Amino acid sequence: MNYKLSVNGTDHTVESTWEGESLLYVLRERLGLPGAKGACEQGECGSCSVLLDGDLVCSCLVLAAAAEGRDVRTVEAVAGPEGLSDVQQAFLDAGAVQCGFCTPGLIVAVHDLLERHPQPDDLTMREELAGNLCRCTGYGRIMEAVRMAADRRAASA
Amino acid sequence: MPVLVPETLEEACAALAARPGATLLAGGTDLMVGINAGRTRPDDVVMVGRLAELRGWVRDGDHVVLGAGVTYTECMAEPLASLSPVLAQAARSVGSPQIRNAGTLGGNLGTASPAGDGVTALVALGGTVRVRSTEGERDLDLATFVTGPRRTERRPDELIVSVRVPVADGPQEFLKLGTRNAMVIAVASVALVVEPGAVRLAMGSVGPGPVRATEAEAFAASVVDWTTGTAAAGAADEFGALAAAASRPIDDHRSSAAYRRRAIEILAKRAFLRSFSS
Ligand SMILES: Cc1cc2nc3c(=O)[nH]c(=O)nc-3n(C[C@H](O)[C@H](O)[C@H](O)COP(=O)(O)OP(=O)(O)OC[C@H]3O[C@@H](n4cnc5c(N)ncnc54)[C@H](O)[C@@H]3O)c2cc1C
Ligand code: FES
Ligand code: FES
Repeated sequence: MNYKLSVNGTDHTVESTWEGESLLYVLRERLGLPGAKGACEQGECGSCSVLLDGDLVCSCLVLAAAAEGRDVRTVEAVAGPEGLSDVQQAFLDAGAVQCGFCTPGLIVAVHDLLERHPQPDDLTMREELAGNLCRCTGYGRIMEAVRMAADRRAASA
Repeated sequence: MPVLVPETLEEACAALAARPGATLLAGGTDLMVGINAGRTRPDDVVMVGRLAELRGWVRDGDHVVLGAGVTYTECMAEPLASLSPVLAQAARSVGSPQIRNAGTLGGNLGTASPAGDGVTALVALGGTVRVRSTEGERDLDLATFVTGPRRTERRPDELIVSVRVPVADGPQEFLKLGTRNAMVIAVASVALVVEPGAVRLAMGSVGPGPVRATEAEAFAASVVDWTTGTAAAGAADEFGALAAAASRPIDDHRSSAAYRRRAIEILAKRAFLRSFSS
C-alpha cells in the first residue's frame, strides 16, 4: 500500500512494505530524516517528538499510513536558512547537550512550549517537558536553556 | 494490515461492518505501543480519531456531549474544564503533553483498562456512551459500560461516537497516586462527583474495572448537610474507610493490594475533605 506524507512542507510518497510502521520508523528509515530519535517506542521518552498538525506528539505512536493528509513537522525544519533556531543556540550556549540523544525531541518540545508559554516558570517547564527524558544532564542545563531562549526572545521583542 | 482512513462516520461504520474484527485507531497511544512491541498484529485498521463527527464537544442543557475523538489536552482547556472539572483533573494526570495531545476519551474507553483515568472520571460522572454501527445507534449506561479488564458492552461492529455527562453542579475531585508525578499509570485513583443531595465515587486500579463505592456514597449523602455543604468532623474518615472496604485490589508489579487499599482510604478521605468543609 502506497500513501502520501507531508513532512516539513514537502509531499513524499511512501512505498511501504508493511502498514504497521510508525511515523518514527518511516521518517528515519524511508524518508532519510533521522532527526527524530527512537529509544523506547512506547511513548515514554519523547526523543521522537514531532509536530502533527501543530500538536506535539510522539512519532513512534503515530501510525504513518493513517497520517496521510496531515502536516508533519520534524526537528529538521527547526533551523532556518540563517542557521540554528534561537532554542538550538540556547541549548548550545547553556551546555544543555551532552550525548545529544534527547536533544532533537527536546528542541521540538521547547519550541512548542515557548509558543504556548513565552515566559514559563520552573513548574510549567517541568510539567511541559515531563514527556522528554534525558539521561545525561540532570535537566538543570536544559531548564537554563529554556530560560535563556525565553529571555532572549523577550529582549528582542 | 490494510489501513483505512474513512472521511465520514457513515463510511467508518460501513468499513467496520465489512470487516468484522477490524481494529479502530484514534490517537494510537495504546494501540501503537502494542504494534511497536510486536504484541498486536491487527488485520485491518480503521482510523476514526480525526472524524469530524467524533471531534469537539457541545453543551446540551445541563449535559455536555464529548466526541470520542476529544483529547486530554482538549479536556483540560476552558471552558470545558469548568463544565467538567473531574474530567479535566483526570486528563491533567495522564502521561505527558505528547500523550495528552494524542490520547482520546474514546481510546480510553476502548482500551477499558482498570487504571484508565478518563474511564474512572466518566464512571463517577455517570451518563451515557453512544455507540454506532450500520444498524443504528445505542445509548449505553456509562456506569456499566466497562464489564471487565479490556472488556466493554461495545459490539465489535460498533464504534464509540460520544459520551454524554452532566455539567458540574457541585464539587468534583480526581486524585491519583503513582510512583511519580508525570507519566504514570495509577496505583490507585478516585473520582468524586458531588451533586445536590448525591455523591458518586469511582475508584481506579482497584478492581477488574472501575469500582463504585456505593456504601460510601450513601453514607456521604446522609451525613452531609446539603443546605450548607458541610459535614461533621470525622465523616471523612468513615467515608475513606467505606471506600477502602469497597475496593477489590490485587497484588501486582505496581503495588500490593494492601497498599492500594490504604491509598484508596486516604485519597477518598482527601477528596471528601476538599469537597465538604466541617
Ligand atoms: C507513555 C504513555 C502514558 C500513558 N499514561 C496514561 C495515563 O496516565 N492514564 C491513562 O488512563 N492512560 C494512559 N495511557 C494510555 C492511553 O494514552 C490512553 O488509554 C488513551 O486514552 C488512549 O487513547 P487513544 O486515542 O490514543 O487510543 P488508541 O490507541 O487509538 O486506541 C485504544 C483502543 O481503543 C479503541 N478505540 C479507539 N477509538 C475508538 C472508538 N471511537 N470506538 C471504539 N473503540 C475505539 C482502539 O481500537 C484500541 O483498542 C498512556 C499511554 C502511554 C503510551
Ligand atoms: S521513542 Fe517515541 S517516546 Fe520514546
Ligand atoms: S544529553 Fe544525553 S540523554 Fe540528554
